[in-house]
Amino acid sequence: MFCEKSVELIRELHRMGDGQLPAFNEDSIRQVLEEMKALYEPEQNQSDVNEAKTEGKSELIPSIKFRHCCLLRNQRCISAYLYDRLLRIRALRWEYGSVLPTAIRFHMCAEEMEWFNQYKKSLATYMRSIGGEEGLDITQDMKPPKSLYIEVRCLKDHGEFEIDDGTVILLKKNSQHFLPRWKCEQLIRQGVLEHVIS
Amino acid sequence: MSDASDLSGGEESQEDVLTPAELITKLEEAWLNEKFSPELLENKSELVECVMEQLTHMEENLQRVRKGDVKASVHRMEIDRIRFVLSSFLRSRLQKIEKFFPHVLEKEKSRADGDPSFLSPEEFAFAKEYLANTEVYLRTVALKHMPPNLQSIDMLKAVPEPCLDSFVFLRVKERQENILVEPETDEQREYVVDLDEGSQHLMRYRIIAPLVANGAVQLI
Repeated sequence: MFCEKSVELIRELHRMGDGQLPAFNEDSIRQVLEEMKALYEPEQNQSDVNEAKTEGKSELIPSIKFRHCCLLRNQRCISAYLYDRLLRIRALRWEYGSVLPTAIRFHMCAEEMEWFNQYKKSLATYMRSIGGEEGLDITQDMKPPKSLYIEVRCLKDHGEFEIDDGTVILLKKNSQHFLPRWKCEQLIRQGVLEHVIS
Repeated sequence: MSDASDLSGGEESQEDVLTPAELITKLEEAWLNEKFSPELLENKSELVECVMEQLTHMEENLQRVRKGDVKASVHRMEIDRIRFVLSSFLRSRLQKIEKFFPHVLEKEKSRADGDPSFLSPEEFAFAKEYLANTEVYLRTVALKHMPPNLQSIDMLKAVPEPCLDSFVFLRVKERQENILVEPETDEQREYVVDLDEGSQHLMRYRIIAPLVANGAVQLI
């Protein structure tokens, strides 16, 4: 049955909920592209099409149409698969910041990495241009501020950390601190700090 | 905001000079409208610039306050809140630009010269880069390996349009008369409603879209 492989690609993404990014399925994509080449060959050789046109063999037309539908479906499935992955990768920029964890990077192909880098650059240029001066980092302040200071626990060693009034805090694993919320947001998202809600 | 002074408009004087309180109210209205509208609304660059100026001003004032003073905490919270609303507003816009990028660009291209722009110049540049980036990616990974007659995709058809028929909650700021409402089912017929000032309604966005644009209703 034609188009099974391409639908399988879609199902694979559908199974991974929550915006997780599975490994780039290069094999399946290659197989779908080969199937498309095989489907196109009769057209390429023009044999079927010519016969249908010149010799009036209109019984070939349904098979020409059928192959064309399969080709379109394959194109659509592949595009949907690739585009959905791009959307997941885009979400990673907002979730993790500019540097992606290595585990996730292994799941991306080189071109996806390139797309991600370009996207990062575009986003940075845009953010810098906000308001006409230094710009605004809109990947911060994702939640409405509830309190000024929050209790955080350090999950990994992160070294020294300076806060606004100049004091330097040493972020050692398992230490707890009472820090300004806006300074901790990104570190919390990266998994370095953990918000302690007592 | 008692120690922030009035802002001078960088805008044309259709509006008088806005007090900081009025500026923040306008920001919140724009934020809610953008959040609840299914499509991208008119861009508000001047508002964004003014708010950024206001924030810088407040940060400077904060430096001058004695450390540990209770006032400092309250001002800090205020700055954080305003910055959150502004960030959320700009994020809403960016998300819609990314989601509907071919349509947003098409709308901007076919706009008449006198009409207000939906995208700020920076948003326009971002949208164009996003389109180019995505097209190059799709072409490199898949499309160029496909048969010759399938090597391009019409982005306008491939990417869904915003659903203008989604329902939105709204509050009426200026009285409107004779708004035409389309029938929902076959048995109904179209009818007109009058929207009284202060009343709240749940309607399809498409009907009241122009009223959002001119400020007659507020999405909630």
